[in-house]
Amino acid sequence: MRREIRITGLGGQGAITAGHILGRAAAIYGGKESVVTEGYSPYITGGWSRADVIISDEPIDYPLITKLDVLATMYDEGFVQNLRHVKRGGVIITVKELVKHASQDHKVLPIPAIEVAERLGRRIVANIVILGAIVAVLGTPPLESVEKALADRFPKAVDLNRKAVQQGFSIASELLASVDVLEGG
Amino acid sequence: MTQVVKAQRHPRDSLLRSERLPHIWCPGCGIGIVMAAYADAIEASGIPPEKHVCISGIGCTGRVSGYMRLDSFHTTHGRAIAFATGLSLVRPDLEVTVISGDGDICTIGGNHLIHAARRNVDINVIMVNNFNYGMTGGQHGGTTPLGAKTYTSPYGNFEAPFNMPYLVAAAGASFVARWTTLHVRQLINAIKRMMSVEGFAFIEVISPCPPTFGEFNNFPEAIDMMEYFRKYSVVDHNADLSKIDIRLQGEPLVVGNFVDRRRPSYQELVQETIRKASGRGESV
Amino acid sequence: MSSGLPRPGVHFMMGNFACVEAAILAGCRFFAGYPITPSSEIFERACVRFPQVGGIAVEMEDEMASVAALIGAAYAGAKAMTATSGPGFSLMMENIGLAFIMEAPIVIVNVQRAGPSTGIPTLIGQGDVMQARWGSHGDIETVVYSPSSVQEFFDLTIKAFNTAERLRTPVIVLADQLVGLMWEKVVIPTAEDVEVVERKIMDPRLLSTRPPFDYSVDVNPMPIVGTGCRVNIDSLTHDERGYPTTSQEISDKMLRYLLGKIRNHARELWMYKEFMTDDAEVVVVAYGSTARSSLNAIKQARARGIKAGLLQLITLWPFPSDVIERLSQRVNALVVPEINFGQLVHPVREYAKCPVINVNWAPGSLIEPHVILDAVEVAAA
Repeated sequence: MRREIRITGLGGQGAITAGHILGRAAAIYGGKESVVTEGYSPYITGGWSRADVIISDEPIDYPLITKLDVLATMYDEGFVQNLRHVKRGGVIITVKELVKHASQDHKVLPIPAIEVAERLGRRIVANIVILGAIVAVLGTPPLESVEKALADRFPKAVDLNRKAVQQGFSIASELLASVDVLEGG
Repeated sequence: MTQVVKAQRHPRDSLLRSERLPHIWCPGCGIGIVMAAYADAIEASGIPPEKHVCISGIGCTGRVSGYMRLDSFHTTHGRAIAFATGLSLVRPDLEVTVISGDGDICTIGGNHLIHAARRNVDINVIMVNNFNYGMTGGQHGGTTPLGAKTYTSPYGNFEAPFNMPYLVAAAGASFVARWTTLHVRQLINAIKRMMSVEGFAFIEVISPCPPTFGEFNNFPEAIDMMEYFRKYSVVDHNADLSKIDIRLQGEPLVVGNFVDRRRPSYQELVQETIRKASGRGESV
Repeated sequence: MSSGLPRPGVHFMMGNFACVEAAILAGCRFFAGYPITPSSEIFERACVRFPQVGGIAVEMEDEMASVAALIGAAYAGAKAMTATSGPGFSLMMENIGLAFIMEAPIVIVNVQRAGPSTGIPTLIGQGDVMQARWGSHGDIETVVYSPSSVQEFFDLTIKAFNTAERLRTPVIVLADQLVGLMWEKVVIPTAEDVEVVERKIMDPRLLSTRPPFDYSVDVNPMPIVGTGCRVNIDSLTHDERGYPTTSQEISDKMLRYLLGKIRNHARELWMYKEFMTDDAEVVVVAYGSTARSSLNAIKQARARGIKAGLLQLITLWPFPSDVIERLSQRVNALVVPEINFGQLVHPVREYAKCPVINVNWAPGSLIEPHVILDAVEVAAA
């Protein structure tokens, strides 16, 4: 099955990093195929950036997104700007503290990523909390594979990142259990 | 009575592709003098011929490489220095000399020249300056003196020329000299010196071009230009390079070995980078 | 102390990075470049990685200088490469011709962007297909490979070096912005498992009995500087001794030899992949990233009951004429989508025995599958 994910944020929030870790986890440790492409606003600093991730059991032909299964946005405008790309029944994951928008047509999972990250002592891992939430929604790749990919990328902060991704995963899992978000998926 | 002497062989036959002679250069041209000086310097350098590489661009002087019995390359117009840079980076042990004309080195290849000097690439560049594009029939270029007439400056050249030693010294070369085709002994010594300099070494050789530049600018015979060299040349190794531009108006024609300084060569710095990086090779 | 070679195994890597790792495995140790989007990652990574394996990576003042430096490095015995995009590729044409006549084995990677001129530096195009073949003046032949994935970019970079070494000729890897910048899985083999071809070197002792350029042979061994060959290598049309000539007869011999190196080996050089072509009635002919949209499109067409297939051309030049001719004899139509306004469709049309439909898409984004699907449906109707 082909799954399409977009992670978007403002410069410095780590959206692209989260996308790369997801792609790497799926391709190297998750037994899947994946493609990651990047996009940037024309502004050098302060603009948005995004990682588009496609994960599939089979070789991926068309390497760009068509309709998103999951949109994760780390800033408010990212919600509106990307809403049209999310397929009906798709899931939108937001950083609860920063994104106020809502949608009638999609399941929205607000994740208190900043609060969690701050509790872990590093606000900078909010993107990894969001990554954990994405993995919970997708049900793939296995969380351990994401932890391994994180350890590859941040060998000096293995513990911190593992906690961040796990907490994002469990918060999203709880929300998923309470609202029936995955239909069709 | 004039006696015709037929030479059976040239003393530099071992360094020349004598089977290719006669060469293409016009009577009175100075390029042959420079080529012979280069051959003499090779012999005097003590470096065996198979360790010398001669690289040229396009133009009359560009033909030198093809007459030298060495590893030789006749490249594209203006690119000889870039070509030499790549070759010499891989084989820094070889003595690489670029010989080409003013149009090739200064004008179309000017950017390569200044950047090679800036990087202090350890190669030798001999630029024969005859003030015009000879092979294409005599057009003005980046070294043509103000007021000089050529086919493309029929009313007198209105572009200021480059003062080459000043330019190349400012760009950072380790060795900079200017001689004329009259100063054969000094030229041989300067070429010999450039072969031992570690860094970018540049010689401008002022040369007659009787049928094109000379014809339009009162030097119709080779002897006219040589006579000018004899009359106006001033040897000044310590000359203020900002004041040695050439107008051919009877001002002093300043020649000499102007710059001879040591700073790390490009090849040395590249090798140092390799030393710094090697072993750090993270297997990705 | 690490060998600096890429670690064998499964990697997740950007196409431009994979290209550099492949070059290292192929034995390339000289890179001369000039930064240009979207190829700069190749240059940047080469600057990090080449010195780690004892190689040289330097920045030149422009792309003319880059290719000139490569040819010099090649004659000094190194395997040499550069990477660029459209505007830089234009500047390289001069010395690609020089590499061809001087028989210098070099590799040029062009990560195509949207053109013409400065175009859209950050976005995809496929507008350099004809330039890669015909861009340098005079009669030349080039070998051009076009990857559609990170793995192919890796594999074809190695292939490019091997072909360059075998035929002593410049080889071009014609990638595009998407393949260059996308991240995908790539399997890197152990160094022992990589087939690496080394050029034949001229033994200087043979030069007393044979000319350096024997135009009757397949490929002459290469005289390397400093070995005592003392051969003249000329940009002018030259005879068997390497000396300039104006003889039309020698010009004919020299060119037949130089062009023949590629033309006589065309069949070995042709690389392509076929998808679902066995029973196909309509076949899409595509290359580079466009092949991926095309694969998606033919799957959709199959789902709609159309017998569609894909011929992915990997070798663009020398053009795989026989492949097109053979295939076109058993299908109803060929569809040629390109991110340009019609380039590779011309040789396809030249050799096809069936109708050929071109699908053109302005540079700036990857051609979308539905556009190709529409054309396939029209062709099938």
